[in-house]
Amino acid sequence: MSKDLIPEAPLGKVIVVTSGKGGVGKTTTSAAVGAELARRGHKTVVIDFDVGLRNLDMIMGCERRVVFDFINVIQGDAKLKQALIRDRRLETLSVLPTSQTRDKDALTREGVEKVLEELRQDFDYIICDSPAGIERGAQMAMYFADEAIVVTNPEVSSVRDSDRVLGLLNSITERAGKEGAEPVKAQVLITRHNKARIDSGEMMPVEDVLEILAVPLLGIIPESAAVLRASNLGVPVVLDEPSAAGTAYEDAAGRLIGEQIEMRIAADRRPGLLQRLFGRTA
Amino acid sequence: MFGFSLRPRKASASTAKERLQILLAHERSGGTRPDCLPQLQRDILEVIRRHMQIGDEAIDIRMERGDELSSLEINIEFPGKLGMN
Repeated sequence: MSKDLIPEAPLGKVIVVTSGKGGVGKTTTSAAVGAELARRGHKTVVIDFDVGLRNLDMIMGCERRVVFDFINVIQGDAKLKQALIRDRRLETLSVLPTSQTRDKDALTREGVEKVLEELRQDFDYIICDSPAGIERGAQMAMYFADEAIVVTNPEVSSVRDSDRVLGLLNSITERAGKEGAEPVKAQVLITRHNKARIDSGEMMPVEDVLEILAVPLLGIIPESAAVLRASNLGVPVVLDEPSAAGTAYEDAAGRLIGEQIEMRIAADRRPGLLQRLFGRTA
Repeated sequence: MFGFSLRPRKASASTAKERLQILLAHERSGGTRPDCLPQLQRDILEVIRRHMQIGDEAIDIRMERGDELSSLEINIEFPGKLGMN
């Protein structure tokens, strides 16, 4: 490629992180994937579409720095540049927080389109953190997407809701309605994967989930104490101390941008008694 | 000895509590009223424009919320030589 000769235009790819069901790990995923892409040098912005229940800012640890938000920009009360919060750990990473006080009606298709269009000029990856549900907020988050990460727990209601969301991606999005356009490229990310419970037959294995949903697998994130810890601290899990979940998110982000990475299920190493008694070496 | 070696570093849960306390104190006090900051920005621009010409993009507002106090940092870019006054 002519990478060294001319400055490359930003990729401007819009990726929605969605699920239908709440609490499956959309925001954790948005923060982790966004941070990992940024760490690899791609200019990345993560947008919170959950109007009225802002949480991405807490997970990213920038909650004290929110001045203007997505809705202020849509309504013309602030410039996009003013609302973007530059991450203090990675200069390639930005957050566009949403409003805590408005409701989802404040999201207009024209407004969202205008903001995304502006972001496409400056960023390689625009990660849209969808609210739960399949109503207006979730539909706005997916409407302009080029790709989708469907976050799914190996559990019946989550899989069912993911199927519903996959249907919406294929019917109500801009790409779905445009003649000749490629459909939204959807991949499923299995989170809260618990190998022990799968081995004992208590939890559906990944193959079963994939067989039912019939979309490619982006990654498998093991259930890990590191996710709660990272959320407590306001650090995307890939930027906190090494963990199985962090490694799994690094792999998933690599696959998202086309790298061939073997699917592996890492487990957190539990320090043995001797290790605990004689200090932590890891 | 056991108390020391079995306990992980500072528990992240206490950080979570502190962060929530600071944030919720602000949210409950109405410090995040929807139109407070956009209105403030408009007012500041209006006052400055009584004295000099500046564009809509010339103002930059940053905020840092703390538990004791919060700070609002307002930067205004003046065109050309005006900044020398």
